[in-house]
Amino acid sequence: MTAHRARRDAPAAITLMIEGVAVPARAGTSVAAALMAGGRLALRRAARSGAPRGALCLMGVCRECVMLIDGVRRPACMAEARDGMTVDRLI
Amino acid sequence: MSADGALPAAPRAVEAAVIGAGPAGASAAVVLAEAGCDVLVIDEAPRPGGRIWCAPPPALDGGRPSAEAAAGDSLRDPLGDRLAASRAALLADTVVWSVGRIEGAPGGAAGGAPGGAAPEDARPRFRIDVLTPEGPVAVVARSLLVAIGTTERVIPFPGWTTPGVVGLAATTQLLKNQGMAPGRRVAVAGAGPLLASVAAGVLETGAEVAAVADIAGPGDWLAALPALAREPRRAARGAARGAGWWMACLRRGVRPAFRTGVVAAEGGDRLEAVVLGPVDRAGAPVAGAPTRRVACDALAVGHGLAPATEITRLMRARHVFDRDLGGWYPRTDHQGRTTVPGLYVAGDAAGVRGAAFATLAGAGTGLAMARDLAAAGAPPPAPAREGPVWRAMSRLTRQRPAMSAAISPQTVVCRCEGVTRAEIDAAVDDGAHDINQLKHFTRCGMGPCQGRICGDVAAELLALRLADGMADIDAARRRVGQWTGRSPLRPVPLDAMIGAFTYDDIPVPDPAPL
Repeated sequence: MTAHRARRDAPAAITLMIEGVAVPARAGTSVAAALMAGGRLALRRAARSGAPRGALCLMGVCRECVMLIDGVRRPACMAEARDGMTVDRLI
Repeated sequence: MSADGALPAAPRAVEAAVIGAGPAGASAAVVLAEAGCDVLVIDEAPRPGGRIWCAPPPALDGGRPSAEAAAGDSLRDPLGDRLAASRAALLADTVVWSVGRIEGAPGGAAGGAPGGAAPEDARPRFRIDVLTPEGPVAVVARSLLVAIGTTERVIPFPGWTTPGVVGLAATTQLLKNQGMAPGRRVAVAGAGPLLASVAAGVLETGAEVAAVADIAGPGDWLAALPALAREPRRAARGAARGAGWWMACLRRGVRPAFRTGVVAAEGGDRLEAVVLGPVDRAGAPVAGAPTRRVACDALAVGHGLAPATEITRLMRARHVFDRDLGGWYPRTDHQGRTTVPGLYVAGDAAGVRGAAFATLAGAGTGLAMARDLAAAGAPPPAPAREGPVWRAMSRLTRQRPAMSAAISPQTVVCRCEGVTRAEIDAAVDDGAHDINQLKHFTRCGMGPCQGRICGDVAAELLALRLADGMADIDAARRRVGQWTGRSPLRPVPLDAMIGAFTYDDIPVPDPAPL
């Protein structure tokens, strides 16, 4: 499933391992963009209510898209996707 | 690894450090380098250009460049030349997590020679702690420019935490940087010139625009006309771009709904629809007026930009509050000098006026920094003149008190800690009359975003409850104040800060003889 159509015709050149599932992505995209393009919007649960949350600011400020990327907690919007990168939810 | 090898590298000493490689920071760095200063630029993004002129990653840069990207190229290229000549160095993909001041006592922590420090060693310096992809680095600089731009403001509404609701400025990053829209059917809402830019950008990707809702009415845009008339050339350039965006929308049958706001966003794990309704002149929803439900899978919503003040707050610089320029920003003179000696601010971080002004102000501040560093008699740089057009455009996106006043009691204001408007109001009634007291009472602003997303709205809610009528609201905002700046400026993983240091590297003294 794609949640968008790309403006530029870049091929799906890399593969991310998102929660154990191989997901194709365009090289050079951010991890947050790759997740969004793959239709994965809910990235974590709110600390207090447990409600689903997704990326908001896409500038590394809101921390809503912080995920375990190659084993390190990082905002997905500030991480450039690389082939074979593992991306997992924290909560 | 030996203990010697694990010791943190000695601080990297430069004359001038610039945080932020956007229009203001990059312009200042180029000027500083040309003046012969040893300058280091630090940016969170992988490439310079900032949020407005961000370049797409090389792998995605297959299409024709946008006007913004072209303008960015003309700025990045001189910066690249300086890099090649080792005049201005760039630390990209680097998070600044702490900034501190080293008082320049002779023989003190500033590293002056014991007993016989030269006069310049007595001057204060700044220590900037950063996290690069290769590990932690400390930078020591005599002069520091903070050019970190803004944070986007979103006034909360029910459902704004639903996945699929993204910022308006955030969406410009997706469009420019990633060449994609946030969904297949996107509603665009909020205030200011970004609405047309984002709607046109979404259409360009091939996605659908479900609705464009503008808090402002045609009257608000007309109110900006006198300022535009005073600067016809600048206004004409802006109007031409704005008209181009709107033409692109109208050709596809997308018309803006003026004086319209988001009543609610609906959905569970993903956004399903937004409810739009009319607002009055002040931005408050019109009670009892009919609303309409618009099915969509993404909502791009933003209500203006607020200067990012975390570093200047941490440095305890004086700040002023001006709603028209984005709220709180550090007080500076015309060359960007803050109330802290050696600390400068330029661009939107010094009051939101846009990229064109930031470029001029950055260059002016760069000159002032070079001159102050040299303590020479070079002529003072001409101050960058604030154009009324920039202020008028910024005013369109000012924080409207009536919008915060209309937030419903059960709406989450602080996303990180899940603090609702009702809890904030209750805290005020219990005696929290200052924004930091609110934090202590409710945990509002205490989560991972460190109050950057909710701060402007939480302060407005306090001010609304404490103000003696709407005429007193700005004075109340000044009394409510800002969060106290603290490091770390960003949450940083402890293992990344430690670097290659391991348990074996802890120096253990020989046991005392028994």
